[in-house]
Amino acid sequence: MYQRGQEVRVAARQHEGHHRTPAYLKGKQGTVTRVHASFLNPETHAYGTDGLPEQALYLVSFAQSDVWPEHHGDAADRLYVDVFEHWLEEA
Amino acid sequence: MHDRGGWLTDARIDRSEHELADWEVLMDSLAGALGQKGVMNVDELRRGIEGMRPNEYETAAYYERWLYSVEAILTEKGVLAPGELDARLET
Amino acid sequence: MSLHDHDHDDRDHDHPHEPLTIVGEPVAAARVRALVDLLVEKGVVGRDDVRQRIDWLVSRSPSDGARLVARSWVDPEFRQRLLADTRAAAFELDLDPGPSPVVIALENTETVHHMVVCTLCSCYPKALLGPPPDWYKDFPYRSRAVSEPRAVLEEFGVHLDADVELRVVDSTADIRYLVIPQRPSGTEALREDELAALVTRDSMIGVAIPAVPSPAAS
Repeated sequence: MYQRGQEVRVAARQHEGHHRTPAYLKGKQGTVTRVHASFLNPETHAYGTDGLPEQALYLVSFAQSDVWPEHHGDAADRLYVDVFEHWLEEA
Repeated sequence: MHDRGGWLTDARIDRSEHELADWEVLMDSLAGALGQKGVMNVDELRRGIEGMRPNEYETAAYYERWLYSVEAILTEKGVLAPGELDARLET
Repeated sequence: MSLHDHDHDDRDHDHPHEPLTIVGEPVAAARVRALVDLLVEKGVVGRDDVRQRIDWLVSRSPSDGARLVARSWVDPEFRQRLLADTRAAAFELDLDPGPSPVVIALENTETVHHMVVCTLCSCYPKALLGPPPDWYKDFPYRSRAVSEPRAVLEEFGVHLDADVELRVVDSTADIRYLVIPQRPSGTEALREDELAALVTRDSMIGVAIPAVPSPAAS
C-alpha cells in the first residue's frame, strides 16, 4: 500500500491487453494524492475471469512539465490520474 | 489507438450537440442490461472495442463501437453463433 | 419503379411490425434492434431489463448535478459533506448517484481549477450529468485535454489566469469525477433553484464557468 503524499513512479512496462494505464504516463514520477478503495482488476476482468484479487486504486498527481517536458505549460499545472497499485513503484 | 492522451493533433473540438438517437439509447441500455445480468461486463465491452481494427475504430460512430464489441464478446462467449445476427437481418 | 425496388417493398410488407430500418439511420440502428430481439428470444436478457435501463438513461440530466452544486453554494456544511462523500450527499437530495462506481466531487476555487477527461474511453458521471456530449467522447478532446489543457479551455472560451493552478483529471478507472464550479459573484440575491439554473453541464466537466445573469434578464 502507498500512502498519501508518497512519491511513486508509474511502471514503464508494455502491456498488450486491456489495461487502464495511459501510455503517456508510463515511467513518469508523481505523488499519491488520494487512496481510493480497491476494485476488480480490469486486466483480468476483461477476459472472462472474476477480476480478483482486487487492486487498490490511487489518484496520483503529476507535474505537467514532467509529463510533457517538450511543452512549456504553466509550471504549477498538474495532471491527476487514477492508477492501480500494480502499476506503481516506489520512487 | 484508443489510448489518445497527448496525441499530436491540430483538430479542433467539434462542440455541436446531438440528442442520442433511439438506437443509441437502446445500444447503451442493452449493454447495461447485459452487465446487470452478468452476461458481459464493462471491462469486456472496452476490451472488445479496443480489439477493433484501427481504421474501423477511427471511423465508427461511438455506439457502433459498442455494437461491434457486444457482438464480438457475445460470440466469443458462445451466446451468439457466428453469423447468427447476419442471418437474422437477411430474412 | 425497378424490379429491385419491388423486391424490397415486398420484403418490408412481410413484416407486420415496424420496419427495421428508418430512412436516414445508420445500418447499425437496425442491427442493434435485431440484436436486442435475438437476445430477448434467447432469454439472455428480458425486454423489461432493457426497458428499465432505457428509462433510467433518458431520465438522467445535468440538472441533478446542478442541484448538488447549487446546494453546496448556499450551504457550507453540505459542501463539506459533498466533498467528503459525494454519493451520500446525492442521496441527501434524493438524487441517484448511479451504481457502484464511486463519484467524487472536485472543488474549484480562486486558486485551483479542475477539468475532467477520459483519455482511454468516455468515463463520465452519467448518473448525475446525463449522457456525455459527443466532444467528450471524440478524439480531439481526449488527445488534447491532457497535453494542452489551457489551449483547450481557451477554445471553450475559458481563460484562466496564470496564477490559477489547473488540475486535469483523467478518469481511467472506477471513479467518476464531478466538478463543483465557483459561485459567480453578483448572485447573492438568488434563490437555490435560480442558482441551479446557472450551473451548466460543461461547468461540471470543468470546461465552462457558470455565467452571471445579465441585469437585463433579471
